[in-house]
Amino acid sequence: MSQPTIKQVLLDPIFNNNPIGLQILGICSALAVTSNLKTALVMSIALTLVTAFSSMFISMIRSQIPSSIRMIVQMVIIASLVIVVDQVLKAYAYSLSKQLSVFVGLIITNCIVMGRAEAFAMANPPMLSFFDGIGNGLGYSAMLVVLGIIRELFGAGKLLGYTILPVVNDGGWYLPNGMLLLPPSAFFLIGLIIWGLRMWKKEQLEAPDFSIAAHSQEKEAY
Amino acid sequence: MSSQRESTTRTLTVALLVCLVCSVFVAGAAVALRPTQIENRLLDKQRSILAIAGLADASLSSTQVKQMFNERIKARLVDLETGKFSDAQDPITFDPLASSKDPALSKALKGSEDIASIKRRERYSTVYMVEHDGQLDTLILPVRGYGLWSTLHGFIAVKGDLNTVAGFGFYQHGETPGLGGEVDNPKWRDLWLGKNLFDSNNEVAIRVIKGNVDQSSSTAANQVDGLAGATLTSNGVTHLVQFWLGENGFGSFIEHLRAGEA
Repeated sequence: MSQPTIKQVLLDPIFNNNPIGLQILGICSALAVTSNLKTALVMSIALTLVTAFSSMFISMIRSQIPSSIRMIVQMVIIASLVIVVDQVLKAYAYSLSKQLSVFVGLIITNCIVMGRAEAFAMANPPMLSFFDGIGNGLGYSAMLVVLGIIRELFGAGKLLGYTILPVVNDGGWYLPNGMLLLPPSAFFLIGLIIWGLRMWKKEQLEAPDFSIAAHSQEKEAY
Repeated sequence: MSSQRESTTRTLTVALLVCLVCSVFVAGAAVALRPTQIENRLLDKQRSILAIAGLADASLSSTQVKQMFNERIKARLVDLETGKFSDAQDPITFDPLASSKDPALSKALKGSEDIASIKRRERYSTVYMVEHDGQLDTLILPVRGYGLWSTLHGFIAVKGDLNTVAGFGFYQHGETPGLGGEVDNPKWRDLWLGKNLFDSNNEVAIRVIKGNVDQSSSTAANQVDGLAGATLTSNGVTHLVQFWLGENGFGSFIEHLRAGEA
Protein backbone atom coordinates (compact mmCIF):
# COMPACT_ATOMS: atom_id res chain seq x y z
CA MET A 1 0.00 0.00 0.00
CA SER A 2 1.49 3.32 -0.99
CA GLN A 3 1.88 5.98 1.66
CA PRO A 4 -0.79 8.72 1.30
CA THR A 5 0.50 12.28 0.99
CA ILE A 6 -0.28 15.06 3.45
CA LYS A 7 -2.36 16.84 0.83
CA GLN A 8 -4.42 13.73 0.30
CA VAL A 9 -5.17 13.10 3.98
CA LEU A 10 -5.93 16.77 4.48
CA LEU A 11 -8.32 17.35 1.58
CA ASP A 12 -9.87 13.95 0.89
CA PRO A 13 -12.15 13.90 3.95
CA ILE A 14 -13.79 17.19 2.99
CA PHE A 15 -15.72 15.98 -0.06
CA ASN A 16 -14.48 12.58 -1.17
CA ASN A 17 -14.55 10.82 2.17
CA ASN A 18 -16.56 13.09 4.43
CA PRO A 19 -16.87 11.61 7.93
CA ILE A 20 -20.53 12.59 8.17
CA GLY A 21 -21.44 12.43 4.49
CA LEU A 22 -19.86 9.12 3.54
CA GLN A 23 -18.84 7.35 6.73
CA ILE A 24 -22.01 8.52 8.54
CA LEU A 25 -20.10 9.09 11.79
CA GLY A 26 -20.56 11.81 14.39
CA ILE A 27 -24.23 12.40 13.59
CA CYS A 28 -25.27 12.85 17.22
CA SER A 29 -23.27 15.98 17.87
CA ALA A 30 -24.06 17.28 14.38
CA LEU A 31 -27.73 17.30 15.36
CA ALA A 32 -27.17 18.81 18.76
CA VAL A 33 -24.84 21.75 18.27
CA THR A 34 -25.85 23.14 14.89
CA SER A 35 -28.91 25.17 15.90
CA ASN A 36 -26.67 28.20 15.58
CA LEU A 37 -23.48 28.85 13.70
CA LYS A 38 -21.39 29.97 16.65
CA THR A 39 -21.70 26.76 18.64
CA ALA A 40 -21.19 24.79 15.43
CA LEU A 41 -17.91 26.63 14.80
CA VAL A 42 -16.60 26.16 18.33
CA MET A 43 -17.55 22.50 18.29
CA SER A 44 -15.78 22.11 14.92
CA ILE A 45 -12.60 23.66 16.24
CA ALA A 46 -12.72 21.57 19.40
CA LEU A 47 -13.27 18.34 17.51
CA THR A 48 -10.61 19.12 14.90
CA LEU A 49 -8.01 19.79 17.60
CA VAL A 50 -8.91 16.68 19.56
CA THR A 51 -8.85 14.45 16.47
CA ALA A 52 -5.54 15.88 15.28
CA PHE A 53 -3.69 15.66 18.58
CA SER A 54 -5.14 12.32 19.65
CA SER A 55 -4.15 10.83 16.28
CA MET A 56 -0.66 12.28 16.65
CA PHE A 57 -0.10 11.02 20.20
CA ILE A 58 -1.55 7.61 19.44
CA SER A 59 0.59 7.34 16.34
CA MET A 60 3.69 8.26 18.37
CA ILE A 61 3.23 5.33 20.71
CA ARG A 62 1.54 2.99 18.23
CA SER A 63 4.39 0.48 18.20
CA GLN A 64 4.34 0.33 22.00
CA ILE A 65 0.61 -0.25 22.49
CA PRO A 66 -0.21 -3.92 23.09
CA SER A 67 -3.12 -4.78 20.82
CA SER A 68 -5.15 -6.27 23.67
CA ILE A 69 -5.58 -2.87 25.34
CA ARG A 70 -5.25 -0.58 22.35
CA MET A 71 -8.85 0.67 22.48
CA ILE A 72 -8.57 1.58 26.14
CA VAL A 73 -5.27 3.37 25.58
CA GLN A 74 -6.83 5.34 22.71
CA MET A 75 -9.79 6.22 24.89
CA VAL A 76 -7.58 7.45 27.72
CA ILE A 77 -5.63 9.72 25.39
CA ILE A 78 -8.78 11.05 23.70
CA ALA A 79 -10.56 11.58 27.02
CA SER A 80 -7.60 13.50 28.44
CA LEU A 81 -7.52 15.82 25.44
CA VAL A 82 -11.26 16.40 25.60
CA ILE A 83 -11.10 17.29 29.28
CA VAL A 84 -8.34 19.78 28.56
CA VAL A 85 -10.36 21.35 25.72
CA ASP A 86 -13.40 21.55 28.00
CA GLN A 87 -11.36 23.22 30.74
CA VAL A 88 -9.88 25.73 28.32
CA LEU A 89 -13.33 26.60 26.98
CA LYS A 90 -14.65 27.06 30.53
CA ALA A 91 -11.77 29.39 31.28
CA TYR A 92 -11.71 31.48 28.11
CA ALA A 93 -15.12 31.18 26.47
CA TYR A 94 -17.44 30.69 29.40
CA SER A 95 -20.73 31.64 27.76
CA LEU A 96 -20.04 29.39 24.78
CA SER A 97 -19.08 26.49 26.97
CA LYS A 98 -22.40 26.91 28.76
CA GLN A 99 -24.23 26.58 25.45
CA LEU A 100 -22.21 23.56 24.35
CA SER A 101 -22.68 22.04 27.83
CA VAL A 102 -22.25 18.28 27.63
CA PHE A 103 -21.40 18.10 23.96
CA VAL A 104 -17.76 19.01 24.39
CA GLY A 105 -17.45 16.17 26.89
CA LEU A 106 -19.20 13.89 24.43
CA ILE A 107 -16.43 14.38 21.85
CA ILE A 108 -14.92 11.44 23.75
CA THR A 109 -17.60 9.20 22.33
CA ASN A 110 -17.57 10.81 18.90
CA CYS A 111 -16.96 7.98 16.48
CA ILE A 112 -14.82 10.16 14.19
CA VAL A 113 -12.05 10.57 16.77
CA MET A 114 -12.01 6.89 17.70
CA GLY A 115 -12.39 5.86 14.06
CA ARG A 116 -9.36 7.84 12.91
CA ALA A 117 -7.29 6.63 15.84
CA GLU A 118 -8.09 3.00 15.10
CA ALA A 119 -8.14 3.13 11.30
CA PHE A 120 -5.33 5.55 10.53
CA ALA A 121 -3.15 6.55 13.45
CA MET A 122 -2.37 2.96 14.46
CA ALA A 123 -0.77 2.35 11.07
CA ASN A 124 0.78 5.69 10.03
CA PRO A 125 3.54 8.02 11.28
CA PRO A 126 2.70 10.88 13.67
CA MET A 127 2.91 13.82 11.25
CA LEU A 128 0.66 12.17 8.69
CA SER A 129 -1.77 11.13 11.41
CA PHE A 130 -1.88 14.68 12.72
CA PHE A 131 -2.87 15.99 9.30
CA ASP A 132 -5.32 13.15 8.82
CA GLY A 133 -6.95 14.29 12.07
CA ILE A 134 -7.06 17.88 10.85
CA GLY A 135 -8.51 16.75 7.52
CA ASN A 136 -11.26 14.70 9.09
CA GLY A 137 -11.96 17.50 11.54
CA LEU A 138 -12.33 19.83 8.56
CA GLY A 139 -14.69 17.40 6.87
CA TYR A 140 -16.82 17.34 10.01
CA SER A 141 -16.52 21.12 10.31
CA ALA A 142 -17.64 21.68 6.72
CA MET A 143 -20.80 19.71 7.36
CA LEU A 144 -21.46 21.44 10.70
CA VAL A 145 -20.95 24.90 9.25
CA VAL A 146 -23.35 24.21 6.38
CA LEU A 147 -25.95 22.88 8.83
CA GLY A 148 -25.35 25.77 11.21
CA ILE A 149 -25.81 28.37 8.45
CA ILE A 150 -29.02 26.82 7.12
CA ARG A 151 -30.52 26.22 10.57
CA GLU A 152 -29.67 29.59 12.08
CA LEU A 153 -30.52 31.62 8.98
CA PHE A 154 -33.89 30.03 8.26
CA GLY A 155 -34.75 29.04 11.81
CA ALA A 156 -33.94 32.31 13.55
CA GLY A 157 -33.23 34.75 10.72
CA LYS A 158 -29.73 35.38 12.04
CA LEU A 159 -26.13 34.46 11.37
CA LEU A 160 -23.64 34.44 14.26
CA GLY A 161 -26.25 36.39 16.21
CA TYR A 162 -26.56 39.21 13.63
CA THR A 163 -30.00 39.66 12.14
CA ILE A 164 -30.08 38.88 8.41
CA LEU A 165 -33.78 38.23 7.93
CA PRO A 166 -35.80 40.33 10.42
CA VAL A 167 -38.33 37.96 11.98
CA VAL A 168 -42.01 38.70 12.56
CA ASN A 169 -41.64 38.46 16.36
CA ASP A 170 -39.30 41.45 16.29
CA GLY A 171 -41.41 43.42 13.84
CA GLY A 172 -39.80 42.16 10.62
CA TRP A 173 -41.29 40.26 7.68
CA TYR A 174 -39.67 36.84 7.94
CA LEU A 175 -41.69 34.05 9.54
CA PRO A 176 -38.99 31.67 10.81
CA ASN A 177 -39.25 27.93 10.40
CA GLY A 178 -39.18 26.79 14.02
CA MET A 179 -38.56 23.18 13.11
CA LEU A 180 -35.09 24.07 11.90
CA LEU A 181 -34.15 24.93 15.48
CA LEU A 182 -35.05 21.46 16.66
CA PRO A 183 -32.51 18.63 16.35
CA PRO A 184 -34.57 16.43 13.95
CA SER A 185 -34.32 19.07 11.23
CA ALA A 186 -30.58 18.36 11.03
CA PHE A 187 -31.47 14.78 10.12
CA PHE A 188 -33.42 15.95 7.08
CA LEU A 189 -30.67 18.37 6.10
CA ILE A 190 -27.91 15.77 6.48
CA GLY A 191 -29.99 13.36 4.42
CA LEU A 192 -30.42 15.91 1.65
CA ILE A 193 -26.72 16.82 1.73
CA ILE A 194 -25.69 13.17 1.49
CA TRP A 195 -28.07 12.74 -1.44
CA GLY A 196 -26.62 15.79 -3.17
CA LEU A 197 -23.04 14.64 -2.48
CA ARG A 198 -23.68 11.22 -3.97
CA MET A 199 -25.38 12.67 -7.04
CA TRP A 200 -22.31 14.83 -7.57
CA LYS A 201 -19.73 12.15 -6.85
CA LYS A 202 -21.22 8.95 -8.19
CA GLU A 203 -18.39 6.79 -6.83
CA GLN A 204 -19.76 7.37 -3.32
CA LEU A 205 -22.92 5.44 -4.15
CA GLU A 206 -23.03 2.16 -2.27
CA ALA A 207 -24.07 -1.08 -3.87
CA PRO A 208 -27.45 -2.06 -2.45
CA ASP A 209 -27.23 -4.62 0.36
CA PHE A 210 -30.14 -6.56 -1.06
CA SER A 211 -32.46 -6.22 -4.00
CA ILE A 212 -36.17 -5.93 -3.64
CA ALA A 213 -37.96 -9.03 -4.86
CA ALA A 214 -40.32 -8.70 -7.78
CA HIS A 215 -43.81 -7.71 -6.84
CA SER A 216 -45.88 -10.79 -6.17
CA GLN A 217 -49.63 -11.04 -5.98
CA GLU A 218 -51.46 -13.61 -3.91
CA LYS A 219 -54.03 -15.59 -5.79
CA GLU A 220 -57.43 -14.81 -4.42
CA ALA A 221 -59.04 -17.84 -2.85
CA TYR A 222 -62.40 -17.97 -4.48
CA MET B 1 8.81 -9.08 18.71
CA SER B 2 5.07 -9.28 18.76
CA SER B 3 5.05 -11.85 21.56
CA GLN B 4 7.17 -9.51 23.64
CA ARG B 5 4.77 -6.65 22.93
CA GLU B 6 1.78 -8.71 24.05
CA SER B 7 3.24 -9.97 27.35
CA THR B 8 1.32 -9.24 30.56
CA THR B 9 4.04 -7.14 32.17
CA ARG B 10 4.39 -5.13 29.02
CA THR B 11 0.63 -4.53 28.86
CA LEU B 12 0.53 -3.42 32.49
CA THR B 13 3.53 -1.13 32.09
CA VAL B 14 2.09 0.59 29.03
CA ALA B 15 -1.32 1.00 30.70
CA LEU B 16 0.26 2.42 33.82
CA LEU B 17 2.49 4.84 31.95
CA VAL B 18 -0.28 6.10 29.71
CA CYS B 19 -2.54 6.67 32.72
CA LEU B 20 0.21 8.44 34.61
CA VAL B 21 1.11 10.80 31.79
CA CYS B 22 -2.53 11.55 31.00
CA SER B 23 -3.50 12.17 34.61
CA VAL B 24 -0.61 14.59 35.11
CA PHE B 25 -1.64 16.37 31.90
CA VAL B 26 -5.32 16.63 32.89
CA ALA B 27 -4.66 17.57 36.49
CA GLY B 28 -2.16 20.20 35.39
CA ALA B 29 -4.65 21.81 33.03
CA ALA B 30 -7.44 21.72 35.61
CA VAL B 31 -5.33 23.28 38.34
CA ALA B 32 -3.79 25.91 36.09
CA LEU B 33 -7.12 27.04 34.63
CA ARG B 34 -9.18 26.91 37.81
CA PRO B 35 -8.72 30.54 38.95
CA THR B 36 -9.76 31.86 35.51
CA GLN B 37 -12.80 29.61 35.51
CA ILE B 38 -13.98 30.70 38.96
CA GLU B 39 -13.53 34.32 37.99
CA ASN B 40 -15.50 33.77 34.79
CA ARG B 41 -18.37 32.13 36.62
CA LEU B 42 -18.55 34.97 39.12
CA LEU B 43 -18.33 37.54 36.36
CA ASP B 44 -21.10 35.86 34.42
CA LYS B 45 -23.34 35.96 37.47
CA GLN B 46 -22.51 39.59 38.24
CA ARG B 47 -23.19 40.54 34.65
CA SER B 48 -26.63 38.94 34.70
CA ILE B 49 -27.46 40.56 38.04
CA LEU B 50 -26.54 43.98 36.66
CA ALA B 51 -28.55 43.29 33.51
CA ILE B 52 -31.63 42.24 35.51
CA ALA B 53 -31.34 45.37 37.64
CA GLY B 54 -31.35 47.37 34.41
CA LEU B 55 -27.92 48.84 35.13
CA ALA B 56 -25.86 47.32 32.35
CA ASP B 57 -26.04 45.64 28.98
CA ALA B 58 -23.86 42.99 27.41
CA SER B 59 -21.40 45.50 25.95
CA LEU B 60 -19.66 46.26 29.25
CA SER B 61 -16.13 44.96 29.61
CA SER B 62 -15.31 42.60 32.44
CA THR B 63 -13.53 45.26 34.50
CA GLN B 64 -16.48 47.62 34.09
CA VAL B 65 -18.85 44.88 35.25
CA LYS B 66 -16.72 44.22 38.32
CA GLN B 67 -16.42 47.88 39.17
CA MET B 68 -20.09 48.62 38.70
CA PHE B 69 -21.11 45.56 40.69
CA ASN B 70 -18.93 46.56 43.62
CA GLU B 71 -20.19 50.13 43.55
CA ARG B 72 -23.89 49.62 43.07
CA ILE B 73 -24.88 46.18 44.29
CA LYS B 74 -24.98 45.06 47.89
CA ALA B 75 -25.14 41.31 48.48
CA ARG B 76 -26.80 40.10 51.68
CA LEU B 77 -27.48 36.64 53.00
CA VAL B 78 -31.06 35.77 53.92
CA ASP B 79 -32.09 32.98 56.24
CA LEU B 80 -35.15 31.56 54.52
CA GLU B 81 -36.32 29.83 57.73
CA THR B 82 -36.63 33.04 59.71
CA GLY B 83 -37.05 35.36 56.76
CA LYS B 84 -34.41 37.76 58.06
CA PHE B 85 -30.93 38.83 57.09
CA SER B 86 -28.22 36.59 58.37
CA ASP B 87 -24.45 36.76 58.71
CA ALA B 88 -23.92 33.02 58.97
CA GLN B 89 -21.96 32.91 55.71
CA ASP B 90 -20.10 35.33 53.50
CA PRO B 91 -22.63 36.40 50.84
CA ILE B 92 -19.96 36.81 48.16
CA THR B 93 -18.35 33.40 48.37
CA PHE B 94 -21.35 31.41 49.61
CA ASP B 95 -22.98 29.30 46.91
CA PRO B 96 -26.69 28.79 47.72
CA LEU B 97 -27.12 26.36 44.85
CA ALA B 98 -24.36 24.05 46.07
CA SER B 99 -25.69 24.27 49.61
CA SER B 100 -29.13 23.08 48.46
CA LYS B 101 -27.55 19.63 48.08
CA ASP B 102 -26.16 19.66 51.61
CA PRO B 103 -28.68 18.20 54.10
CA ALA B 104 -27.31 20.42 56.88
CA LEU B 105 -27.93 23.59 54.90
CA SER B 106 -31.16 22.73 53.14
CA LYS B 107 -34.48 21.05 53.59
CA ALA B 108 -36.33 18.54 51.47
CA LEU B 109 -39.62 19.83 50.13
CA LYS B 110 -42.81 17.81 50.38
CA GLY B 111 -44.60 17.08 47.11
CA SER B 112 -47.35 19.66 47.62
CA GLU B 113 -44.87 22.37 48.64
CA ASP B 114 -42.53 21.72 45.78
CA ILE B 115 -44.45 23.45 43.00
CA ALA B 116 -41.23 24.48 41.26
CA SER B 117 -39.90 20.87 41.30
CA ILE B 118 -36.58 21.71 42.89
CA LYS B 119 -36.72 18.89 45.49
CA ARG B 120 -34.49 20.61 48.08
CA ARG B 121 -34.41 24.22 49.15
CA GLU B 122 -31.34 25.82 50.67
CA ARG B 123 -31.56 27.44 54.08
CA TYR B 124 -29.50 30.49 53.19
CA SER B 125 -29.81 32.39 49.96
CA THR B 126 -28.12 35.50 48.67
CA VAL B 127 -30.17 38.52 47.67
CA TYR B 128 -28.78 41.56 45.90
CA MET B 129 -29.85 45.11 46.57
CA VAL B 130 -29.42 48.39 44.78
CA GLU B 131 -29.70 51.26 47.23
CA HIS B 132 -30.31 54.88 46.53
CA ASP B 133 -29.71 57.44 49.31
CA GLY B 134 -29.94 54.65 51.88
CA GLN B 135 -33.33 53.54 50.55
CA LEU B 136 -33.90 50.21 48.87
CA ASP B 137 -34.21 50.92 45.15
CA THR B 138 -34.19 47.43 43.66
CA LEU B 139 -34.22 44.02 45.31
CA ILE B 140 -32.90 41.14 43.21
CA LEU B 141 -33.92 37.62 44.18
CA PRO B 142 -32.52 34.41 42.72
CA VAL B 143 -35.20 32.03 41.41
CA ARG B 144 -35.09 28.61 39.89
CA GLY B 145 -37.46 25.85 38.91
CA TYR B 146 -38.24 23.19 36.38
CA GLY B 147 -39.65 24.05 32.97
CA LEU B 148 -40.09 21.41 30.30
CA TRP B 149 -36.61 19.90 29.93
CA SER B 150 -34.45 21.70 32.37
CA THR B 151 -34.13 23.73 35.52
CA LEU B 152 -34.33 27.42 34.72
CA HIS B 153 -32.01 29.61 36.79
CA GLY B 154 -32.65 33.30 36.90
CA PHE B 155 -33.24 36.46 38.86
CA ILE B 156 -36.27 38.60 39.46
CA ALA B 157 -35.78 42.26 40.32
CA VAL B 158 -38.40 44.08 42.36
CA LYS B 159 -38.68 47.81 42.87
CA GLY B 160 -38.48 49.45 46.31
CA ASP B 161 -42.24 49.08 46.83
CA LEU B 162 -41.61 45.29 46.91
CA ASN B 163 -44.39 44.74 44.43
CA THR B 164 -43.47 46.12 41.01
CA VAL B 165 -41.25 44.01 38.77
CA ALA B 166 -38.14 45.86 37.64
CA GLY B 167 -36.56 43.05 35.68
CA PHE B 168 -36.75 39.35 35.08
CA GLY B 169 -34.61 36.89 33.23
CA PHE B 170 -32.80 33.58 33.23
CA TYR B 171 -29.08 33.11 32.99
CA GLN B 172 -29.19 29.39 32.49
CA HIS B 173 -31.76 27.01 31.05
CA GLY B 174 -32.08 24.25 28.49
CA GLU B 175 -35.54 24.86 27.05
CA THR B 176 -36.32 24.30 23.36
CA PRO B 177 -34.80 27.07 21.24
CA GLY B 178 -37.49 29.07 19.50
CA LEU B 179 -40.27 27.82 21.79
CA GLY B 180 -39.56 27.62 25.52
CA GLY B 181 -36.18 29.19 24.79
CA GLU B 182 -38.10 32.40 24.05
CA VAL B 183 -37.90 33.11 27.80
CA ASP B 184 -34.70 34.84 26.72
CA ASN B 185 -36.53 37.00 24.19
CA PRO B 186 -36.06 40.63 25.29
CA LYS B 187 -39.58 41.47 24.16
CA TRP B 188 -41.10 38.84 26.41
CA ARG B 189 -38.88 39.85 29.30
CA ASP B 190 -40.01 43.45 28.86
CA LEU B 191 -43.62 42.31 29.34
CA TRP B 192 -42.74 41.66 32.98
CA LEU B 193 -41.68 45.22 33.68
CA GLY B 194 -44.20 47.10 35.81
CA LYS B 195 -46.25 44.01 36.60
CA ASN B 196 -47.37 43.54 40.22
CA LEU B 197 -46.19 40.47 42.09
CA PHE B 198 -48.84 40.61 44.81
CA ASP B 199 -52.54 41.36 44.88
CA SER B 200 -54.22 43.79 47.27
CA ASN B 201 -54.12 41.19 50.10
CA ASN B 202 -50.36 40.73 49.64
CA GLU B 203 -50.89 37.22 48.26
CA VAL B 204 -48.61 36.12 45.41
CA ALA B 205 -50.66 36.70 42.30
CA ILE B 206 -48.25 37.03 39.39
CA ARG B 207 -48.68 34.36 36.74
CA VAL B 208 -47.98 33.59 33.12
CA ILE B 209 -51.29 32.94 31.41
CA LYS B 210 -52.12 31.11 28.21
CA GLY B 211 -52.46 33.52 25.32
CA ASN B 212 -52.49 37.27 25.64
CA VAL B 213 -53.43 39.34 28.66
CA ASP B 214 -56.77 41.09 28.46
CA GLN B 215 -55.67 44.61 29.38
CA SER B 216 -59.16 45.61 30.56
CA SER B 217 -59.32 42.80 33.13
CA SER B 218 -58.89 43.69 36.79
CA THR B 219 -56.05 41.17 37.18
CA ALA B 220 -54.10 42.34 34.11
CA ALA B 221 -51.40 43.84 36.35
CA ASN B 222 -50.67 40.36 37.73
CA GLN B 223 -50.58 38.60 34.38
CA VAL B 224 -47.96 38.08 31.70
CA ASP B 225 -48.58 36.78 28.17
CA GLY B 226 -47.77 33.11 27.73
CA LEU B 227 -45.13 31.91 25.31
CA ALA B 228 -46.70 30.55 22.14
CA GLY B 229 -46.04 26.84 21.77
CA ALA B 230 -44.43 26.56 25.19
CA THR B 231 -47.22 25.89 27.67
CA LEU B 232 -45.09 23.74 29.95
CA THR B 233 -42.23 26.23 30.09
CA SER B 234 -44.76 29.02 30.77
CA ASN B 235 -46.33 26.99 33.58
CA GLY B 236 -42.88 26.25 34.94
CA VAL B 237 -42.08 29.97 35.03
CA THR B 238 -45.35 30.68 36.89
CA HIS B 239 -44.60 27.94 39.39
CA LEU B 240 -41.04 28.99 40.06
CA VAL B 241 -41.93 32.64 40.53
CA GLN B 242 -44.82 31.73 42.82
CA PHE B 243 -42.65 29.30 44.78
CA TRP B 244 -39.82 31.75 45.40
CA LEU B 245 -42.16 34.57 46.35
CA GLY B 246 -44.31 32.27 48.49
CA GLU B 247 -43.95 31.06 52.06
CA ASN B 248 -41.30 28.45 51.23
CA GLY B 249 -39.22 30.96 49.34
CA PHE B 250 -38.66 34.62 50.09
CA GLY B 251 -42.26 35.23 51.24
CA SER B 252 -41.55 35.86 54.91
CA PHE B 253 -38.39 37.80 54.08
CA ILE B 254 -40.41 40.17 51.87
CA GLU B 255 -43.00 40.53 54.64
CA HIS B 256 -40.30 41.42 57.15
CA LEU B 257 -38.77 43.82 54.69
CA ARG B 258 -42.13 45.47 54.12
CA ALA B 259 -42.56 45.90 57.87
CA GLY B 260 -38.97 47.12 58.16
CA GLU B 261 -37.95 44.25 60.44
CA ALA B 262 -35.59 42.27 58.28
